Amino acid sequence: MTGTDTIFMIPEIILAIGASLLLIAPVIGWRGKETKAKWAMVALLAITAGAVIICSWEVEGLDQTAGYSAMFALDGFAIFFKLLFIAAVGMIALLSDDFLRESRYSAWEYYSLLAFALTGMMFMASGVHLASIYIGLELMSLSSYILAGFFKNEEKSTEAAMKYFVLGTVSSGILLYGISLIYGVTGSLNLLTIARAMSTIITNDALMFGIMLLGAGLCFKIAAVPFHVWTPDVYEGAPTPIAAFLSTASKGAAVAIFARIFYVGFHQFQLDWSNILATIAALSMVLGNLAAITQDNIKRMLAYSSIGHAGYVLLGILSLNAMGLRGVLLYTLVYVFANLGIWATVLMLRRHEYAGERVDDFDGLHKRAPFFAFAMVIFLLSLGGIPPTAGFIGKYFLFAAAIQAGFGWLAIIAVLMSAVSMFFYCCDLSRGHADFRRGTGAAGEPGDTIFAMGRRARGDSSECRAITTRRKNRSVATPGN
Amino acid sequence: MKYDFGIDGIALLLILLTTFMGLIAIWSSFSAIDHRQKEYYVLLLLLQTGMIGTFCALDFFLFYVFWEVMLVPMYFIIGIWGGPRKLYAAIKFFLYTLAGSVLMLLSILALYFFNDGGIPFLHIIGLGNGYTFSMLQYHNIGHLIPVGLQMWIFAGFFFGFAIKVPMFPFHTWLPDAHTEAPTAGSIILAAVLLKMGTYGFVRVALPMLPQATKKWLPFIIGLSIIGIIYGALVTLVQKDMKKLIAYSSVSHLGFVMLGMFALNPMGIKGSVIQMINHGISTGALFLLVGIIYERRHSRMIADYGGLAKQMPMYATIFLIAALSSMGLPALNGFIGEFTILLGVANRSIWWAASAGLGIVLGAAYLLWLYQRVFWGPLDNPANQKVRDLNRRELALGVALVACMVWIGIYPKPLFDMIDKPVDYIVRKVDPGYFDLQQMPVPPPTTVATVEATK
Repeated sequence: MTGTDTIFMIPEIILAIGASLLLIAPVIGWRGKETKAKWAMVALLAITAGAVIICSWEVEGLDQTAGYSAMFALDGFAIFFKLLFIAAVGMIALLSDDFLRESRYSAWEYYSLLAFALTGMMFMASGVHLASIYIGLELMSLSSYILAGFFKNEEKSTEAAMKYFVLGTVSSGILLYGISLIYGVTGSLNLLTIARAMSTIITNDALMFGIMLLGAGLCFKIAAVPFHVWTPDVYEGAPTPIAAFLSTASKGAAVAIFARIFYVGFHQFQLDWSNILATIAALSMVLGNLAAITQDNIKRMLAYSSIGHAGYVLLGILSLNAMGLRGVLLYTLVYVFANLGIWATVLMLRRHEYAGERVDDFDGLHKRAPFFAFAMVIFLLSLGGIPPTAGFIGKYFLFAAAIQAGFGWLAIIAVLMSAVSMFFYCCDLSRGHADFRRGTGAAGEPGDTIFAMGRRARGDSSECRAITTRRKNRSVATPGN
Repeated sequence: MKYDFGIDGIALLLILLTTFMGLIAIWSSFSAIDHRQKEYYVLLLLLQTGMIGTFCALDFFLFYVFWEVMLVPMYFIIGIWGGPRKLYAAIKFFLYTLAGSVLMLLSILALYFFNDGGIPFLHIIGLGNGYTFSMLQYHNIGHLIPVGLQMWIFAGFFFGFAIKVPMFPFHTWLPDAHTEAPTAGSIILAAVLLKMGTYGFVRVALPMLPQATKKWLPFIIGLSIIGIIYGALVTLVQKDMKKLIAYSSVSHLGFVMLGMFALNPMGIKGSVIQMINHGISTGALFLLVGIIYERRHSRMIADYGGLAKQMPMYATIFLIAALSSMGLPALNGFIGEFTILLGVANRSIWWAASAGLGIVLGAAYLLWLYQRVFWGPLDNPANQKVRDLNRRELALGVALVACMVWIGIYPKPLFDMIDKPVDYIVRKVDPGYFDLQQMPVPPPTTVATVEATK
């Protein structure tokens, strides 16, 4: 380790020290001053962001992927994701404020855990060595397990944390097993060395198995089908800002390592893994978007839609070309902010209740909060990929990459599913914007059955209203909801 | 970043139609929209931006962006100010159109890659012309695309455009959207949005994919003829005035498609003129239905009868609009339908005959509608106090009627405008057409006489 190596990691070092300070702040006499925690966190993030920018200038002349014996990079890719994560975590910190004030838990602890998770994510963005990537991933995951169960007296939160923890550790184990197989065959954990070693290998079952296991572990982290089952429960049960964190920043970090590992490390065997990933992507898009239609809890809806979005991002990863990588970066950026926007709206709607953010809560939003209603249009259109929002540009790159790589069939599924996704986004839009004045007649016309199935679009038909009421009654009757 | 904008005669006519009908739509909303007016007009203007942008764009990326930009305002116009089943109609409209246009996006991307690097995995070798979205470039390389790829690209565009037109099996969103939309929404939808599909065929599918156009031709002609006749038959049985006019659009747009796919100058010219005519006539009919709906809050034909006695001015304008829609000579509909039939008969007399059947049915449903609404006894007491058109409504009606009469009597300026663009398209889609049409070489006798005089 030399002096120049330190430059690569200064932001992480600052952040880790800051996170520790946040943790001991109540002990050294700041107990009770919970409002200060938010600003301390924001200041910490601002300093870290500044450090990232300054360090990125400093490493300009150096080999940017060679920090700490080629374990740690500070290249454009890493800087992009680091700044994205800092911005996302900053927004989540600001969103959490009111939520924490309602609760009786320590804000200092909460922000400290968030900062530790961010440290892990920044390690992931920089990792060019499977060991450093794994360490970053675990730091992030362990912090998020705790955060998911942060409201320890809430039954649902604890349940969500437990589910997330058990499944998450199993997937980490699978991932680790994959890493060990790859190490066994190639003799290295550095991605570039792995790629070099692979170029001499024609076929090797252990290596294929290792790649598959590693891919499975990563698919769990980005919540792609069939490794997605934890997502809806965890998003629903976790405190809303933490659900926002899991579905945006944490997922973005997983996408970052996914892209880095497969682009840098495994490009030799693209023909072998791209078809498997294509199947996973297709399943994620289809299942995520179709399942989202039937949700009437907005958090579950967002969970399923995020499964669908994981499928889109996989499109960029598996096509392995410049356009695909561009698409992954851009799409992650857009997805993180658009999704955070929706989560912010959800939080604003129901900050006084812990769970059960129902889609009905959007009713008449344009009267209560015209600005939020307008912003929600932009967020939802962006998630749906409608021009002229940024979501369209991201999707455009991903589809183009898939076509260029010869995955025409996948692109067709992707575009059709993005049309399907507009169905439930539209339904939410309508809830926010249309006036739900009773219609005259027309109730129970055959055409309404579509909506009776897609619960959210109940509209004005009285038949559909009856369904709503039934569901409301049922959810009241269910204990623990 | 470089992009192309530009209009030719076809686009110019459609832009004039857009702006004119936009004015009519806004003016007609003064009394119809009573809540959230500010948002309403913002959305109408956004819609205008999208429509004019689509007609102006000569760049695929912009074309697609504007194409989608139209969706959102229309969705809100139907969803917020619509009738009882507005949400159903709005979402159906949105999803149908979106599903088509995303497939169109794939076709655009396939063209884009073909122009430069090709699609290696499909063993399609590109032209190496660099990446561009310029439509003019694709007009030039259209015939170089392998036929197999052209067929797929055409299929993508077909879904995008045919849903918008709407052609026969994809038309089910139209009656719902039209019926539930507020009057101005229906006017814009009928007058301009449906023309997006036919415009897309003229601008993109025909000149860029000539071989595929010819291969798909029987299929499209078949769908158009089914659309004409099926649309007209369904129109006959409608009980709701707005729905009736909506279904008549399916039939009329079938004509437009039929004329276009005759692939000769006469057919395409007729088709373009008919796009304008349909915009004016059907727009006028929707406006008139909207006017009576504002007074009586019913669109059911059975609620009316004998209105001609109570509302003479309204009845007169309605009659002219209906006659123009069914193609009475000296009104605009006749010009378009006649030119289309000329072009189509050139290709096949059977196609023309089935189209003629559509015209007969068109006369039937419109006259029958007129008879049931305006003639007979004025026996519904609610109708006995309905007031006739006010000055604003009369002005709207007269403006539209003036256009109908003008195009019906002196259509030459319109034909002059689209002459060259249509020739250009025919040259692209059927390069041999004009060679076949040329006169045989002058007889040798003339040459001899010239020599003799020397």
